This record gives sequence, C-alpha cells and structure tokens, in this order.
Amino acid sequence: MAAEIIELNEQERQLLNQYQHELPLCPNPYAEMAASCGMTEKEVIEKLRYWDEKGVLSRVGAVINHQRLGASTLAALAVPEDQLEAVADLVSGYPEVNHNYKREHRFNLWFVLAAPDQQQLDEVLEDIEARTQLPLLNLPMLKAHHLDLGFAL
Amino acid sequence: MDGLTDQVVVSDNPEIEQLLELLQEGLPLVERPYAELGQALGWSEGRVIETMAALAESDRVRRMGIVVKHHALGFRANAMVVWDIPDDQVDAVAEQLAAQNAVTLCYQRPRRLPDWPYNLFCMIHGRQRDQVMEKLEELVETLGLQQIPHEPLFSTRCFKQCGGRYLKRGRPMVSMPSAHAAAAAI
Repeated sequence: MAAEIIELNEQERQLLNQYQHELPLCPNPYAEMAASCGMTEKEVIEKLRYWDEKGVLSRVGAVINHQRLGASTLAALAVPEDQLEAVADLVSGYPEVNHNYKREHRFNLWFVLAAPDQQQLDEVLEDIEARTQLPLLNLPMLKAHHLDLGFAL
Repeated sequence: MDGLTDQVVVSDNPEIEQLLELLQEGLPLVERPYAELGQALGWSEGRVIETMAALAESDRVRRMGIVVKHHALGFRANAMVVWDIPDDQVDAVAEQLAAQNAVTLCYQRPRRLPDWPYNLFCMIHGRQRDQVMEKLEELVETLGLQQIPHEPLFSTRCFKQCGGRYLKRGRPMVSMPSAHAAAAAI
C-alpha cells in the first residue's frame, strides 16, 4: 500500500470529479477536459501521466457492467481470529474471487465472487464451505439502486 | 436496453469486445488517444469514437471516464453499512440513500435469518474512520432513519483486490489491483 497521499489542487479536483463520469468523444479529448478546468491539453496529459505513475490513476477508460456477464455474489464467513489468515488465503486462491476483505463483524471475511454461470459459482461456494467448515453467507444482489461508482473527491 | 444505436450493434460483436478489452487497459495518454486505439484495432479514429459513443449508451459499461484509485488520494476508510429495513419500505429508503452524495453503492440483498437480518447494503468512503462515521450520522439524521437497525462494517484489511476485468468469455482475470473496483463490486 502506498503511504504517500497525493494532494489535489482545485483544478485537479474539478478535473477528476467531472471526468469520472464522462469521456469527451472527440479527437482531442484531453484538450476538451483541459478547457473545462482552466488547464492546457499538455498539462492534463502530463498530470494524468504523473497520477498514473503515482498510483492515483487506474485508467482513463471504461468500467464494465459485470452483472451482464455470468453470475456473481457477495459472500461472508465468520472465521475464528486465529484462523483468519489461513482461511483468507484459501478464499483468495480461487480465481473466481475478485475481492476479499476483513471487516469488523462476527462475519469478518467478506469476498466477491464472479463466474461464467450460476452452476460454477455454486460449486465454488460449496467447495469453500466444505474446505473451511465455517458458516457461509451467500448474499447475491437482488436490486441495485446506485450502480455509478464515481464519487465526489 | 438492446444496445442498438443508429449504426453500431454492441451486442455479440467481436470487434466491440476487442475495443472493450483495450478500454479496460485505458486510453493512451497522448493527444489523439482514439487514433492510437484505432491503429491497434485497424480502425479509423472516427470509427473508434463512434463505437465508443454506442458503448456509452449500452448496458455493457457502467461509465466511461477517469478511473481513480481513491486510496492514493487519501481515502483510506470505507464502511459497508448494512440496514434491516421493513420489506415494504426498502425500495423507498434505498432510493433515498442512493441519492445521497456520501453513498457510492446501494444494493438490496437477501436476509439470512437468524444469522443475518440485513437487507440493504451501501458503501461510504472517507479519509478517515471518523469522517465516515460523521457522514453516516448525518445521513441517518437527514433521512430520519434513527429507528432502522444498521451497522457499519469497516474494512480493516484487504486480502485480495482485483480490477474485476473479464476476458471475452466472461472468465474473471486476476490482474490490476484497484481499490475502486473493490468498492464497485461490494
């Protein structure tokens, strides 16, 4: 984890806030971004490259709607503290697991799974339950109320 | 949504998949990024732009734009806040929660009684824990949710975090750590 925190000036904050949600679809998109934030095209490109180097920028591009593809769910396990490390490793070892976090709760290990189809997803969940012998919560999404994941900086 | 626009068919179009893969890598940081993408695909710049416009309208993408890693910008705290809302109110409360600035995601999920009474999940990010708690308190007050049982589950450690990028057949691919994508999926 990078310890360094990159600070933003007002122009930079405006650039990131505005263009998390839109991408100018014209031949010189960075020039259009620049114009709306009082920067030059060169400054925007250099800043984006700098952020890329510093780990601030994931990419300028698209966030795919995964719900369209295959099956996914959020799952949780209640893991005794002294087993957490080992169980977390076991869970992370599945390629179907995208994210795996410790959270403060009796159910303390939370992970997201995605598979090409429901059957494969169910098999992985059963496998995890069988291997860990721990109670597993399977909490598939029923309805999304806020799919847009950009947020104000 | 059928993914159709005037000219470009988005569904089941192998060329679209190629473009999507490149877009998950990111646009080149050069003056004419779409021209450069076009070179990689053997397309004209105009065709790349036109196709991206069609994609932006389709349900294949959630959004297009700058994707940042919030951790590096100092957003170090996140709580998954879970709520136990009466079934006949959950839609209405979810809509209200989703409209709040502090809330980045808002999903209904099933209860699993007796272990798990909560049916609505939302994410709140902040620089520190205190800031997340403040945002939550403000939200409870603004929306009058004092009577609704809820708990913030702060993440205290990340064991695995992938960008959730998919290969063409929809197999998850392990690559590109992204705090943002993690928040997205939860």
